[in-house]
Amino acid sequence: MKELLQLFWSFALIGTMTFGGGYAMLPMFIREIVDKRKWATYDEMLDYYALSQCTPGAIAVNTATFIGYRRRGAAGAAAATLGVVLPSLLIIVVIAMFLSNFMDIAWIGHAFAGIRIAVCALIISTVVSLLRRNADTWLKAGIAAVSFACVAFAGLSPIYLTVAFALFGALYYGRRREA
Amino acid sequence: MTLFWLAFEYFKAGLFAVGGGLATLPFLMEMSQTHPGWFSMDELMNMIAVSESTPGPIGINMASYVGYHVAGFAGAVVATFSLVLPSYIVVMIVVRILDRFRANRRVSGGLEGLRPAVTGLIAAAGFSVLWASVVRVTDGVSQFQWLAFVLFLCFLTAMQFKPFQKLHPILFIAAGAVLGVVFNL
Repeated sequence: MKELLQLFWSFALIGTMTFGGGYAMLPMFIREIVDKRKWATYDEMLDYYALSQCTPGAIAVNTATFIGYRRRGAAGAAAATLGVVLPSLLIIVVIAMFLSNFMDIAWIGHAFAGIRIAVCALIISTVVSLLRRNADTWLKAGIAAVSFACVAFAGLSPIYLTVAFALFGALYYGRRREA
Repeated sequence: MTLFWLAFEYFKAGLFAVGGGLATLPFLMEMSQTHPGWFSMDELMNMIAVSESTPGPIGINMASYVGYHVAGFAGAVVATFSLVLPSYIVVMIVVRILDRFRANRRVSGGLEGLRPAVTGLIAAAGFSVLWASVVRVTDGVSQFQWLAFVLFLCFLTAMQFKPFQKLHPILFIAAGAVLGVVFNL
């Protein structure tokens, strides 16, 4: 029971304090789930992100379900998922009730512009530490560069890239282990 | 009856929208046509803007907003949980399959190929947020926001130093909000 509450609380904190959707939530996931609670390793976190990309639904929610299920089965998955969803639901309902012109309020607009910049810096510095871990060979650095370029400049859907590189990994890295 | 249709439409979106929150967008556009009374395109754009700037996953925010707009608090709850339910079930199935085959060399090889790819995807997401923050388009003319870019560099540099790395990301986000108001970003 205690761990269920901890799951709910950790994910509610992540849900309340992250701006910019699924990918922007990764720095917070790493801080809360990997560094503080030790519920997953860096590598597992990335695996969950990759799989969340290929399963239906919001990435952050799926990642929460993955981790919750790993810790405490279906109940853990429910606690983590509720945690990440409830803050959003309540915040949006409050905004919809009282602030129909929410984004037109000048200082709120400025505050959000500043938040976006902080979020960018958080994402990029997370990417730097992920590259240190996961791009330790030229080939892997190449994979990271190709998937970055295809999405950032060619506007390709991330789903194709995750599927393509999963297949590539199964064929290339999977074969190597045979020897 | 409206609640039933909300549940139905969102369950559908939750089951088929693969690739993160914004993937529900095409489903929302379809909804505005199949259920003309629910919301207009303009209202949808407004709801997307709010969903992108408030905390939490964007897909969930949009579901809560649309649900509330269509059928009040009950609508928000029904839409949100109908969206989440299919992925909740699918993810649990995937975990079970993954656990059974994790030792398989093809599966672990696949994951090894995925990790750098996902790192690239996250970099792309960061880049697109950065681009939207430092290049502002007004009346068709794009302007480079020097101040925003310098602030970004300051944040990024600070984060590479040990004492700052120990700080919780929430503090950086709060600092961003304060600086945004101070500098009129």
